[in-house]
Amino acid sequence: MIPAPFTYQRASSVAQALDLAAAGGEDAKFLAGGHSLMPLMKLRLAVPETLIDIGRIGELSYVREEDGHFAIGALTTHSDVAASPVLATGLPLLAHAASQIGDPQVRHCGTIGGSIAHADPAADLPAVLLALDATVVAQGPSGRREIPAAGFFTGLFETVLEPAELLTEIRIPRPAAAGWSFQKFTKRGIDWAIVGVAVQGGNVALVNMGGTPLRASGVEADLAAGASPALAAARAAEGTSPSDDLNGPRAYREHLARVLTGRALAEAAARS
Amino acid sequence: MKVTVTVNGGEVAAEVADRTLLVHFLRDVAGLTATNVGCDTSSCGACTVLLDGRSVKSCTVLAAQADGRSVTTAEGLASNGELHPVQRAFQAEHGLQCGFCTPGMVMASVSLLAENLDPTEDEVRTALEGNLCRCTGYHNIVRAVLAAASERRSS
Repeated sequence: MIPAPFTYQRASSVAQALDLAAAGGEDAKFLAGGHSLMPLMKLRLAVPETLIDIGRIGELSYVREEDGHFAIGALTTHSDVAASPVLATGLPLLAHAASQIGDPQVRHCGTIGGSIAHADPAADLPAVLLALDATVVAQGPSGRREIPAAGFFTGLFETVLEPAELLTEIRIPRPAAAGWSFQKFTKRGIDWAIVGVAVQGGNVALVNMGGTPLRASGVEADLAAGASPALAAARAAEGTSPSDDLNGPRAYREHLARVLTGRALAEAAARS
Repeated sequence: MKVTVTVNGGEVAAEVADRTLLVHFLRDVAGLTATNVGCDTSSCGACTVLLDGRSVKSCTVLAAQADGRSVTTAEGLASNGELHPVQRAFQAEHGLQCGFCTPGMVMASVSLLAENLDPTEDEVRTALEGNLCRCTGYHNIVRAVLAAASERRSS
């Protein structure tokens, strides 16, 4: 099984990547680790005419702590995020979630920016970014802009990024409340989450409960009003629109969302 | 496009289609057939090789992405006619039945032991989550990895 024919181009800098993307137009796609894109290309669900390999842009692989924020380069691999000592102490939710993606081989290739830009509703990191009030930094023909994660994901595999825009950095404020948890339910360890929940303090975000990652706002409101975690978790499926598929019907996902949110809130409380 | 990869220490260069996958480059261009194509969907791990020392699934990496980089396959593990300690352990512990998953299992194990010299049994099982054995012979595979780790620590 091989992808449909395409033209391969390689960028060695952000500037070059932007030039190639501007020239390639709508039919060009960036290739980072390729572990979301390549499987879709093999199945002909994605058929770009041009692939712009940004995997060698070393300037986009880093983890830094600066002025109360963490800055993570878009091409930092999941294994590097998981192994970062800075993140292990400052953002354990992100480091832990990255360590639970796929399997070691996938984590050696897949990147944080690739996962976010790809915007698969079953991916773990988009919801984690929502729970962490992250900001996505993009560079394009008209310059650099910062987009709050809450306004970044617009639909199934869709974001506000323009075709010629490149996601370059994730910025995350140091969390005000320490308690965190990441729970996901899969049939096999390497599978995408059937449902997942990320909790940081009073922020609760859901994986795969709709076309985009979602904040469980009913749960958050109850927690803020002083409800017990068990009571608040009962509202986890409110306002969600999970799909019916081979992994389970909608009602099953709603049930999982409540159960996993309950577990996540209990674990986060134990850690705070 | 012209792709040049250092495979098991030697340079392999060829003009290949842009969409060529690394696993096909290794099997069809370099002639190294230890690396198997199993599921072809990055689930089974039969195609696992080391890219710059880290395990990857070569069915989901383009040959072009490996251009100018270094790849190790199961053929490249033995040195001076001596099997690699992980290969020896798979033999001693009967860590294979039909053998189809074995090259991938061995490469994933080598990558694990490069990152973690003293894994627990749980850590071995977690590290091999991306490698499926169609004979379900996991117990001996895990035993082999633990034996190789123990041998390396004591040597």
